[in-house]
Amino acid sequence: MLRRCAAFILVVAAALSLTPLPAGAQDGETTVGGTVRERGTGPDGEDVPVAGVEITVTDAAGATIEVATTDENGEWLVVLPGGGEYSTSLDQGTLPDGVSLRNADNAVLSFEINEGRTRNVLYPLGELILEEDSTIQIVQLTVDGIKLGMIIAMCAIGLSLIFGTTGLVNFAHGEMVTFGAMVAYIFSEYGLFGGLIGGDWQMHLIFGAILTVLLTGAAGGAFNAIVWSKLRKRGSSLISMLVVSIGFSIMFRYIFLFQFGGRVRRYRDYQLQDTIDFGWFSMTPKDIFIVVFSAVVLLTVGLALQRTRIGKAMRAVSDNRDLAESSGIDVEKVIRTVWIAGGALAGMGGVLFGITETIGWEMGFRLLLLMFAGVTLGGLGTAYGALFGSLIVGVFIQTSTLVIPADMKNVGALLVLALILLVRPQGLLGRAERIG
Amino acid sequence: MTDIASPISSEDDGPAAVDKGINWGRIGLGIAAALFLVMVVYATFSDMDGQGLLENTLRGLFGEQFIYFGLAALGLNIHFGYTGLLNFGQAVFMAAGAYGLSIFVVVYDWSFFSAVFMGVVVLPIVLALLLGVPTLRLRADYLAIVTIATAEMFRIIARSPRFDWLTGSSDGHGEFADRFYELSPFEPDQRYLFDLFIGNQMWVVLVGWVVLFAMVGVVYTLMRSPWGRVLKAIREDEDAARSLGKNAYFYKMQALMLGGMIGAMGGMLRAIGTQSAQPQNFITDVTFFAWVALILGGVGKTWGPVIGASLLYGLINFTDFFLRDQDFVPEGLMDGTQVGQVRFILIGVGLVLLAVFRPQGIFGSREEMALDDR
Repeated sequence: MLRRCAAFILVVAAALSLTPLPAGAQDGETTVGGTVRERGTGPDGEDVPVAGVEITVTDAAGATIEVATTDENGEWLVVLPGGGEYSTSLDQGTLPDGVSLRNADNAVLSFEINEGRTRNVLYPLGELILEEDSTIQIVQLTVDGIKLGMIIAMCAIGLSLIFGTTGLVNFAHGEMVTFGAMVAYIFSEYGLFGGLIGGDWQMHLIFGAILTVLLTGAAGGAFNAIVWSKLRKRGSSLISMLVVSIGFSIMFRYIFLFQFGGRVRRYRDYQLQDTIDFGWFSMTPKDIFIVVFSAVVLLTVGLALQRTRIGKAMRAVSDNRDLAESSGIDVEKVIRTVWIAGGALAGMGGVLFGITETIGWEMGFRLLLLMFAGVTLGGLGTAYGALFGSLIVGVFIQTSTLVIPADMKNVGALLVLALILLVRPQGLLGRAERIG
Repeated sequence: MTDIASPISSEDDGPAAVDKGINWGRIGLGIAAALFLVMVVYATFSDMDGQGLLENTLRGLFGEQFIYFGLAALGLNIHFGYTGLLNFGQAVFMAAGAYGLSIFVVVYDWSFFSAVFMGVVVLPIVLALLLGVPTLRLRADYLAIVTIATAEMFRIIARSPRFDWLTGSSDGHGEFADRFYELSPFEPDQRYLFDLFIGNQMWVVLVGWVVLFAMVGVVYTLMRSPWGRVLKAIREDEDAARSLGKNAYFYKMQALMLGGMIGAMGGMLRAIGTQSAQPQNFITDVTFFAWVALILGGVGKTWGPVIGASLLYGLINFTDFFLRDQDFVPEGLMDGTQVGQVRFILIGVGLVLLAVFRPQGIFGSREEMALDDR
């Protein structure tokens, strides 16, 4: 996320620095041009124009139209013979020492232009902050990954415990995450009653988030009481319950889309924050809060599973339901608690994910697949496995962007899911037993 | 898997016990039938375009969507109905058919029919190997997780600008089936079959029917062969089949391949019919349309998926027509794009209701195979 923010800011800065077109562009002529500047390297941090850079403009057939050289203001301009397809190529050898294109692959850019129009071509200079030093980059991505992993873990613990105690793979768990994020959004935009009663209230996100967690916990409990406990009582098979959960997943997802629309939103609080530089990595205050807060929550959950009566009962039911039941544990009560806690954690995860990224109708479903990867990696049904596996998946997703394009980073996580099933299907922390 | 509900105990105290109380399944069916009746009466006596409604419904019952999803559900029936495999990535097999054709024709300039072979045979086999090798030795839900994850991976990769040269990113490919339409015996600008289909559509639908019924024949024959009996044995009790010396893993793999190929035919026909292969035509949710068709018609029945797909699209087109009718739906309740979303909501509701109240589908029997069995 940080990386994306940084890239976004760089792109905006580059775009702003390139907008004024050099004089001489007359109406009616078809022209291409731009300004080549090095970003923020002047004595007062201003942009410095780069002179003497050669840019070759060729037409669709590959014939050179003109080789332009940037002037002392870094500007260049080429008059084109007419509309059509052209490409521009920046000669990287003519850049001064120590200055390079942000992305060397983008030295050649092609574009289409209509007769009589003017086209700006952007050549952002200077490295991405993160490419200065690969160690720093790895540390930064690892920190980002830990943050993502903690959010995945928070959502996934419920998924894993539900599987452990009931055997159900709950495909609708992602929608509980989306539900949490959206409810918090409605609270913070429209106040306590979601705009149904009264007018223009708003609520600070922190209060909204607290209410959301209560509400999603209750929703998890209600979901269990209305649907799943009934299905268990009538002896539905696990596969038919799995299909039911998929049905609910589609239904809720498209209800969210229906109500919320397809566009993504952000919370009004904690939107833009300056990053704090820690040397090896930098973070915004909200990200620091998220990491610390998630760590506290996850630690509490871990301790509760280890120390409290109900936590021990949960682990006992996960381990062997019949044995737990015959030693006097109220299994239905344990399952109820798991659903409530799982719902609350999923809602909390949704709010946190909404703070660092965006809120959209499909966010939960995307996260669900990462949760599956994490839970399977750690060992399906084990709470610590979910925690551990999710952290690895989060770090893996972020660091994999060193090698693969960022828009495909989730593919890496899903490949890991397939690989782990191939070599160690019980997961890293799972007990070796026959699961086929 | 069987510790919660084994087939034997479910006959004593399982769903049968609920039947003694209020039969919600029957009540729901009654409400649905009453609603249907009200809609028909409304269509007859209001100034609604009754003929348009009828034509749309018929197109749903027997038209292109029926063929695409009938084939996809037929493949799923081999996976789930006969072998017990939980494949939630049938959309990817469909995409293999569609993209197999379009990529080899558009990018590699192959002839139409060799590309058809790649899309229907080679790619589904490769895909089945990729999906099956890690998961088929494991419990059924692992295949479910991996297939649904693969469907998402496909979406990410197919839309990525990085692979624009191969997949055409989010715009996909178009105009790769000209050779197919050259063979059409129908006049492109004429309407056929009670004016339901125009020429090219008629050609797609005709070829689709032939393929669909040929595949029904293949499934019917195979499932009565010794090979098919082994599949059913694996579905009923994998350990028993294994102890009789059958290599369950290979049989499951073959079933995954065969069902995948039939699904790929559906996807390919869809790509041919629309002359486009686009990622959004093969998103994860497409799989669930095939699942609803399968469960609706009856899991493990040869004709189940075909009848299910026909009913499903008949119903969808019927309700869509009402939802798009400005007089029927109060103003401001939903707009055009939201009607498409309501369709997905209804699919979700339908899946839940079917799985809970009528797991054997409309025509299936509990003795043969119901969703509830395992």
